[in-house]
This record gives sequence, structure tokens and C-alpha cells, in this order.
Amino acid sequence: MHPARARRLKLVVLMVVSIFIAGGFVFFAFQENLMLYFTPSEVAEGKAPTGQRFNIGGMVAAGSVVKSNESVEVRFDVTDYGKTITVTYGDILPDLFREGQAVIAKGKLNDQGIFIADEVLAKHDENYMPKEVADSLKKKSSPQQMEGSKP
Amino acid sequence: MYKWFHQLGSPPTFYRWSGRWLPWLSLICFVLFVIGLYGGLVYAPADYQQSDSFRIMYVHVPAAWMSMFVYMVMAISGAIAIIWHMKLAEIVMLSSAPIGASFTFLALVTGSIWGKPMWGTWWEWGDARLVSELILLFLYIGVIGLYSAIDDKRKAAQSVAILSLVGIINIPIIHYSVIWLNTLHQGPTVTKFDNPSIDTRMLIPLLIMAVAFKLFYGIVLLLRSRNEVLWRERRSQWVKDTLGDKTDG
Amino acid sequence: MADFLHMGGYAAFVWSAYAISGVVLIASLLLPLFEKKKIIKRIKHMLQEDQI
Repeated sequence: MHPARARRLKLVVLMVVSIFIAGGFVFFAFQENLMLYFTPSEVAEGKAPTGQRFNIGGMVAAGSVVKSNESVEVRFDVTDYGKTITVTYGDILPDLFREGQAVIAKGKLNDQGIFIADEVLAKHDENYMPKEVADSLKKKSSPQQMEGSKP
Repeated sequence: MYKWFHQLGSPPTFYRWSGRWLPWLSLICFVLFVIGLYGGLVYAPADYQQSDSFRIMYVHVPAAWMSMFVYMVMAISGAIAIIWHMKLAEIVMLSSAPIGASFTFLALVTGSIWGKPMWGTWWEWGDARLVSELILLFLYIGVIGLYSAIDDKRKAAQSVAILSLVGIINIPIIHYSVIWLNTLHQGPTVTKFDNPSIDTRMLIPLLIMAVAFKLFYGIVLLLRSRNEVLWRERRSQWVKDTLGDKTDG
Repeated sequence: MADFLHMGGYAAFVWSAYAISGVVLIASLLLPLFEKKKIIKRIKHMLQEDQI
């Protein structure tokens, strides 16, 4: 190869490699700040900020959704199958919100350890299938297995 | 092989060859779009959770894939342009930026339209996938802006090549953000190898749309590159001949 | 047909996503075609001036 080309090739490779190394360091240094939410276990470990707004994420525990008769307020448990946090929310829920579905709630913990949400987002999984297939899958596997899926 | 490659790199050969292939590519691409749209909007069954809203996937996912693919093409041709000073690589790099920006814009907008009914929000600033894709759009805009801001076009092309190489770091961040970090955006469906997490009847239209988008990029890339070649070679005899006999006007 | 247009209640979202995609893709295709016309015009103009 022409010496000038070989030199430029080396420079380009060196540049790309050093950018990836630097990028890797920055990424792992700021990884925790890049997380969108805390899981209930992380909240229990005291990782979440106290006294200010933060996000929690997990599955809506089966059978935990309680709707109020007088208002739109709902109460439900968010779980990561280790720890559970009770959430209250007083606004309209997204279409995908249902038991066994992942959610992200934004708000604050009160003194009783209840999470007062001012926004609830539904997180859907990466699985796509028609209704018939989903129903037959449900029949085949026991309810416990269905719940065991990753949040 | 090398000789063939070298010939293709010569402007008149490239211009003639691409002119011959363009109508066929366009025809195939159009047919694939028709089949893919029918497949995505009619043939694929509604999703068990998202109902028909998941059909946004058939434009969102190919656009998002292409936003990253085009960037890789742009950065790699940038590297070739720096190392070998190959004109055609420079042209491919410059012609890729606007179409890459369009795909990124589409991925962001269709994703937002999909996010509103499903997630309950148009946009989430804390989500690493969303924000890194937005940064990709700014990188494309930066490439286009930088090239037009520098008057010396050789220098401009070199600077653009370096900028696009630096921006490569964003591509693995976009891809792995949903795996390494917790985000609102779900993890990958199609590139997940362990088990099929999408029904075949839903997957086939998606793959057809992905091929159609890729061909579409090829077509726009050829159109833009041909324009650039024509303008750069405006003083040469072959351009006079081509424009003179009007067979390929 | 009505069912198809209705999109399970998500018509506004699905169709606007497809409409925006259509507009952006068609624009990306037309832009270089117009550009080509302009370039050819400029080159022809240039060649005519050279002859004079």
C-alpha cells in the first residue's frame, strides 16, 4: 500500500478505536444516570432519591388494581417479584395498562411508603402475536408461568 | 473484480450503468412497497395487546433500521474517502446524509405517534433509546450543515467524513440502549435469536417492508450521486455527449 | 372496509403515521429529480455561453 494511504488508514483506525474506548468509559460512568426508572427492589435498597420526584418501573401485580367508585383514582401494586410498592394515581390510564403488564410511574413516595404518581406510562414487551395465539399460549401454560416473565 | 470496481468508479461508466439499472430497481421497489403495505395493513392479524395500532411498526421499524444502516454506509464511505481519496466514496457519503436524516425523522415521528396511544406519552426525555435516536438526527443535520458551511469542498468533505466517523459511537448506543439500560422502549424483537417473539404472519410483511426501504435508499442514493457526478464533471466531454444526444436526459 | 379504515379505534394514529411516511418518502424521491433538471439546465446554459 502507498505509505501515505497506510498512514491515513492507521489514523482512521486509531481515531475510531479511541472514540469507542472513550465512549465506553463515559457510558459506564454515567450508566446509572441513564436509567429511566428504579425497580421496587432498588427503592427498598434506598437507591432512589428521597423527597423528590423519581420514576419507578415494574409489573402491575395481578389482582391488585382497585378502582375508586367516586373518582378516577386507582390504586395498584408495582412489583419486580422481589419487592412491591403500592401506587395511587388520579388520572386516565394508558390503553395498555392492565394487570401483569409493565408500567412506569412518575411521582413521589409519601411517608407511608405509598407512591403518589402524577403520570403513569405503560411499557409493552417485544412480543407480537394475534389474539388466538396468545389465548392458546395462555391455556397451555399455567398462570404462574405467565407471571414469571421478566418485567 | 478490482478492475470492475475501478471501472465503476469512473464517472461515465457509473452514470451509464446506474441509468440502466434505475428503472428496474424502481419497479421492484414499488412492487415490494405494494406487497409490504398490503401485508402490514391487511394480511397481518391485529396484535393481542396493541390491536391495530401495532401496524405503525411497518413504517417505524424499517425507518429506524435504515436510519442506522445509512449512517454506517455514510461513515464507512467517509473512511474510504479519507484513506483512498476516492471520489465516488465521497459522493456516496454526501448523498447519504439527507436520506438518512429523512429516515431518522420518520423513525422519531412514527415512534411518537405509536407511543401516544400505547405508552401514554409522545416523548420521554429520560429514555436512552429515544434520545440517542434524536442525537442521530442532529448528527445527520450536522453533516449537511458542515458541508455547506465550508467553501473549500475538498476540505468540507474531509471534515464531514471525520464528523461522521466520530458519530459512529452513537450507533451501538442506539442499538444496545434497550438491552443495557432500563427504558420505556421495549427490547429488540427480530434480532433476538433465542425464541421467535413475533408471529410469522406479522414478521413477513415487516421483512418485505425492510427490503423495500433498503431498495428505496439505493434508488435515492443513485439519483443523488448521479446529480453530483453530473455537476462535478460538467466540463468533461462525456457530459456534453450525454446531454447532447438526449438519450439519457 | 369500514373496519379497515377504523383500525381498531387507532385510525388517527395509524393513518397519520402512514401519511407522514408517504409524504417524506415521496419528497425524498422528487427532490433529487428536480435537482437533476436544474443541473442539466445550468450545464446547458454554461455550454451555450462557451460557444459564444
